[in-house]
Amino acid sequence: MSRELWFALIGAMLFALALGAFLSHTHLLRRLLAFNIMGTGSFLLMVGLSQDTRGPDPIPQALVLTGIVVAVASTALALILLRRWFAATGAATLPEDSTE
Amino acid sequence: MSESEFASALVPLVIVIPLAWAVLCLLRPRHRPALLLLPGLLLWMTASGMLWLSVASDGLALHLLGGWTEPLGISLRADGLASTMCVLTSLIASACGVYRLLTPPDDEPSESHRWFWPLFFMLGAALNVIWLASDLFNMYVGLELLGLSSVGLVAISGGEQALSAALRYLLAALLGSLAYLLGVALLYAAYGTLALSTLAGVITADNITYVALALITIGLCLKTALFPLHGWLPPAHGVALTPVSALLSALVVKASFVMLLRIWIGPGADVITRTFAQGIGVLGAGAILWGGWQALHSTELKSLVAHSTVAQLGYLFVALPLLMSGAAPGIAWDGLMLQITSHAFAKSAMFLASGTLIAAVSSGRVESLHGVTRHMPLALFAFGLAGVSLMGLPPSGGFSAKWMLLQSALAGGEWHWVAVLLGGGLLTAGYVFRVFRASFVADADHRFDKTPLGWDVIALMLAGASILLGFASTPMLSVMRIGAPLAGLVR
Repeated sequence: MSRELWFALIGAMLFALALGAFLSHTHLLRRLLAFNIMGTGSFLLMVGLSQDTRGPDPIPQALVLTGIVVAVASTALALILLRRWFAATGAATLPEDSTE
Repeated sequence: MSESEFASALVPLVIVIPLAWAVLCLLRPRHRPALLLLPGLLLWMTASGMLWLSVASDGLALHLLGGWTEPLGISLRADGLASTMCVLTSLIASACGVYRLLTPPDDEPSESHRWFWPLFFMLGAALNVIWLASDLFNMYVGLELLGLSSVGLVAISGGEQALSAALRYLLAALLGSLAYLLGVALLYAAYGTLALSTLAGVITADNITYVALALITIGLCLKTALFPLHGWLPPAHGVALTPVSALLSALVVKASFVMLLRIWIGPGADVITRTFAQGIGVLGAGAILWGGWQALHSTELKSLVAHSTVAQLGYLFVALPLLMSGAAPGIAWDGLMLQITSHAFAKSAMFLASGTLIAAVSSGRVESLHGVTRHMPLALFAFGLAGVSLMGLPPSGGFSAKWMLLQSALAGGEWHWVAVLLGGGLLTAGYVFRVFRASFVADADHRFDKTPLGWDVIALMLAGASILLGFASTPMLSVMRIGAPLAGLVR
């Protein structure tokens, strides 16, 4: 097995694990962390899998850089909303989820 | 400069103009908004209109940003669908923008004023990026920009409800775009290209393609709020400021749908199986019935209109199997295009009229509309006109759209879709008449606040446009066929 395919497999595993966490947790910070790990998983998969078949390739690396910028921006927005939600209600879960 | 160079130069302008105004509004948050905004809106509409005219006369226009070719460069492609959506975006955004300008300033907390306009223009730029994108990754970037600015616009209405709706919306949007991104990663790994046109030539029906297309479809369906993934939409669209609700329901949910459509009829045309397409159609049918049923039982007026959006989006998904494997894909395409455009006009009119009614009676409940018929005839008339188009009564854009979808279903003998289309119309009539029943109760026990006349004029113009599409849709539909890969769909 090539190193690149190894990256891709780890990426797929991270994505699956984090998806499980995203869906099972109700605490908003945990869900946000899970989202970030899912993102990392898909980036690893994107770079690893395409370089496994075609060798070194700048395109997926450029795409992943863009993806990281997008993920950072989304995380920042989510954190702001989360802090305001916490300040307003004192809760770290959304109303319909908190009964679980 | 030759005509094609001129058209090609126009393509990036429709993105650059709203983007520039987003920055300007960020730099000058409170400085006489009308003086800054109206030129921007006018310029935006002019550029979009000129692009549409040039596509209508000379065919599709391409633009390579900075002269870089694919795969490193970003290429923009203005076909009939893209240029029509750009015009629609500029018109509806301008209507919502002017509605917002006419809002008395003391009605809302001051913080929202500061962030509204930058987010508003960013939303417009993101929509235009998506309409014009010709590869999967630029679509992704557009989708993320759109998601972030929409969530921001929902959150600025303030209050706990808005925050929880915005958070729910954000989580759904993030999950949807990650599923999409993973699908894109798999497609790139398998085929080494992200351009839709190149991908269509090399794609084969193997397992990695199926997994990738399934991930992309699930992600985009979540973003388009296809039943049963629609849970985030009614709270977000119901709690936002009125012009924001109108923008979200009329345009934003259509963006992820148009992406799905382009992927399905482009690279997906030979790969997506009949069963898969029919399955998505069944979910669309579920959306029509469930959304209509929920709208029939909403106590809040804006929640009723938001559930109506869930139902009307169902029609788009019912059109997909008719388009992909039906007997008359050409008619299904025209019906789908008309449903997208006429719903955009009708739904924005309906949200703006609802906002006016809610401001007048100072309550969001449907039962509070007693006496509205006498005191607020114009807003109610706009609501009714929009309702006519949503129900699919002739003569209206909504009628022609649903009629074409019916014809296309009948041509293939697919009676199950006919039943759904008719049932959906009845449900729509049910919830529109609920509003009228409340409004005709004469003895109002509350006072009516004055609302700006301009609000009514804007809602009436939008509702009128959705009716007018029933009479004069032929030129628009013929332009919307430009560059659409319809030939590949005829089996």
